[in-house]
Amino acid sequence: MYEHDVIVVGAGGAGLRAAIAAHEAGADTALVSKLHPVRSHTGAAEGGINAALQEGDDWELHAYDTMKGSDYLGDAPAVETLAQDAPEDTMRLEHWGMPFSREEDGTVSQRPFGGLSYPRTTYAGAETGHHLLHTMYEQVVKRGIQVYDEWYVMNLATTNEPDPNDRECHGIVAYDVQSGNIEGFKANDGVVLATGGPGQAFDHTTNAVSCTGDGHAMAYRAGVPLEDMEFIQFHPTSLPSTGVLISEGVRGEGGILYNSEGERFMFEYGYANNSGELASRDVVARAELTEVDEGRGIEDEYVHLDMRHLGEERIVDRLENILHLAEDFEGVDGLVEPMPVKPGQHYAMGGIETDENGQTNIDGLYAAGECACVSVHGGNRLGGNALPELIVFGKRAGRHAAGEDLGEPEIETGYTGDIEDEDDAGFPVTPGRAGLDDVDEAIASDGGVTADAKGLLERAVERERDRVERLLERDEGVQHAEIRSKLQQAMTDYVNVFRTEDGVKKALKIIRECRQEYQNVYVDDPSRTFNTDLQHTIETRNLIDVAETIALGALVRNEFRGAHWRQENQRRDDENWLKHTMVSWDGGEPSVWYRPVILEGEEKTYEPKERSY
Amino acid sequence: MSTQQQEPETQEAPEDPEMKGAQSPQDRRLAEKESGAIDEESEKKAELEGETVHIKVFRYDPEVEGKQEPRFDDFHVPFEKGMTVLDAVIYARDEYDSSLTFRHSCRQAVCGSDAFFINGKQRLACKTQLSELEQPVRIEPLPHQEVVKDLVVDMGHFYDQMHAVEPYFQDEDTPEVSDLEEQHQSPENREKIKMSSRCIWCGACMSSCNIAAGDNQYLGPAAINKAYKFAMDDRESEEIKEHRLRILEQEHGVWRCQTQFSCTEVCPKDIPLTEHIQELKREAVKKNLKFW
Repeated sequence: MYEHDVIVVGAGGAGLRAAIAAHEAGADTALVSKLHPVRSHTGAAEGGINAALQEGDDWELHAYDTMKGSDYLGDAPAVETLAQDAPEDTMRLEHWGMPFSREEDGTVSQRPFGGLSYPRTTYAGAETGHHLLHTMYEQVVKRGIQVYDEWYVMNLATTNEPDPNDRECHGIVAYDVQSGNIEGFKANDGVVLATGGPGQAFDHTTNAVSCTGDGHAMAYRAGVPLEDMEFIQFHPTSLPSTGVLISEGVRGEGGILYNSEGERFMFEYGYANNSGELASRDVVARAELTEVDEGRGIEDEYVHLDMRHLGEERIVDRLENILHLAEDFEGVDGLVEPMPVKPGQHYAMGGIETDENGQTNIDGLYAAGECACVSVHGGNRLGGNALPELIVFGKRAGRHAAGEDLGEPEIETGYTGDIEDEDDAGFPVTPGRAGLDDVDEAIASDGGVTADAKGLLERAVERERDRVERLLERDEGVQHAEIRSKLQQAMTDYVNVFRTEDGVKKALKIIRECRQEYQNVYVDDPSRTFNTDLQHTIETRNLIDVAETIALGALVRNEFRGAHWRQENQRRDDENWLKHTMVSWDGGEPSVWYRPVILEGEEKTYEPKERSY
Repeated sequence: MSTQQQEPETQEAPEDPEMKGAQSPQDRRLAEKESGAIDEESEKKAELEGETVHIKVFRYDPEVEGKQEPRFDDFHVPFEKGMTVLDAVIYARDEYDSSLTFRHSCRQAVCGSDAFFINGKQRLACKTQLSELEQPVRIEPLPHQEVVKDLVVDMGHFYDQMHAVEPYFQDEDTPEVSDLEEQHQSPENREKIKMSSRCIWCGACMSSCNIAAGDNQYLGPAAINKAYKFAMDDRESEEIKEHRLRILEQEHGVWRCQTQFSCTEVCPKDIPLTEHIQELKREAVKKNLKFW
């Protein structure tokens, strides 16, 4: 058994930042990640880091823009914390040597981004995430923080009091991918989940293959509510064959979208008469799919993004990496032909419910980054707001886990009886357990309310070893790839940009089928050495749980807010829906409930206004 | 640490910016367009449409019977437009043999997980179009590293070398939390380190390098390039730069490079690795002259 004060799960932007912060606060800290840190998906972020750095800009403006962009589903204390901390945390990266793009006078460059009232997106070329990731990994190396890379975290070791708010987390169980060993990691002070997004729940996504919502699923099954899971951002310009992202920068520079008739549909069909191609991501994504649905798509699948008119010089100067992406991943030369694009799953606004200090309702369990929902993005994330979230809340979670006092949080966590519940009569099938064996569940089956952390951890390790044995012993059944692909297809077919009650119900039925099929899942590869078949099989179970929460949220929220659109009620319904959708696992019987959004900031209240640009 | 190993001037990297420009992938693409190569290429793609692609994949597993002796498995994968080598091995794994093992994550050439030896050259599988390769496409793990299983190699030595150059910004005067004043850097200096900062740690360069193959302690192109990024960054002090050069001019440092350009040739991010190594050699000489 390994033992550290703070254990950070996942080594992307939020995880690295949390580990550095915990280490600086004096904790013996370890990073445990299924990837080597530099492989993390933070590295794919292109845009930048929003931070009010300049004279004339102000954190309050950043907070205002973020609240408006969230369609008033962000919690003001979280949003204000983000805006207040971002400048200092961005400067810290500069001091760690991050190669930001520079102005003639040597100061860091900032550029305008959608939805911002001031050009405050700090960037490092079109590879901001790559530099952020590598710069922070360098600092982890400098500090000698222990990294267990290619260790796949399978589960948390938590107590199992009846009320999840009474539970404690004492560590994790992880699987050494290289050797197949399963070991316990005892966390004396805290576990920080920083496992990234759940994009692989969808068939067409810009997310990495490793974005499988592991942290979401582990926290959820241990008793932490998942918040606002229905809010998924679809990026309007991803390449059709792979989902590789074509940056918003192309449209920012003047790129134009055409349908199969050669019409500039954003204007000609009135989707966005003012901003055209630069309307917010959800508007453009819906417009593209409407074109395809009405028969004006190309190959019945995508539209064209044309940048040829910008001229070779400008394209090579500012969008060079786009040429490489289009050529390498789609076989298209952006200088001589338009690029095919369609909407792709891109970002999850929701996630593991935390407060401003990254803490969940389970003592000793934290979450930060895309897997967490503080919530700063609410219904829709602004471009350039994901990276500051990683560094601000990664830092806070790391510090708090290490025992630093960050003050009382204003955001509450966990279910407390007096909260509004959803009537589940409308669910087409019973979500949840579906006859899954107890051994698959997260909470300690016999852990009880024990304070004996070591014993708890040992039992958790045994349970995971059993689980792996069973998966490896079976010789027949269904393989995870079949289930995963069915799940992904259902999500992209029915819980995509356009959502209807009937469609989402169909998705829930298919998710339930996936659960049932998963009972017969087996791992064909008998090897203990680098058994990715086994790892992917466990990930697929996580994806099922996470996809179900996305679909449940999409079903109950009958309104149009931010990235979530419902055919039956195509307007924002502030009277009924200024509240977060919460899904609790409840020992295998998911329940949906709501928590009011907090619009009161430190000094002012953010009154909901129309989100128009 | 002897300077006698320095290569003759003639073997140095071309420095004429126009020459470099002429070699950029961009220009190459344009040249191909003009020469009509695109037509042949699209014909080739059209030929493949609806066909299957034949791949031969290296297999090895130390603990599974029948795989302990390395072998090649043949897979025939249905071709789709735009299909990459990574797409093909994913298809083979998901449809034919779930034990086929390889690292991959982002699918867009930033995570650096999937450098393989494809048709005799180190390439990133995710950015290598099948239509550009001779069949059968031979896919092997990176040479000169220990094979863990199938296409997975042990990256431990590569990471050790990366860590050996003190790959982190060193500025002892970092102000405390309260006054994090911005350090300035000229756009020219930022441009100077730009290419070196694009490294994704895929290990293709190290695997292609004959010197690294023969000298296990050689830092290798990726680590030297990482050191270049810091040594050339004006935000670090002269003292630290000299410290960095001392690390680089050690016996297994920059002087080992024999400017064969193999690293530069295989780098998926087009980093001029050999040039960077030569530049550091010159810096090291300059530094030593200063002290003589």
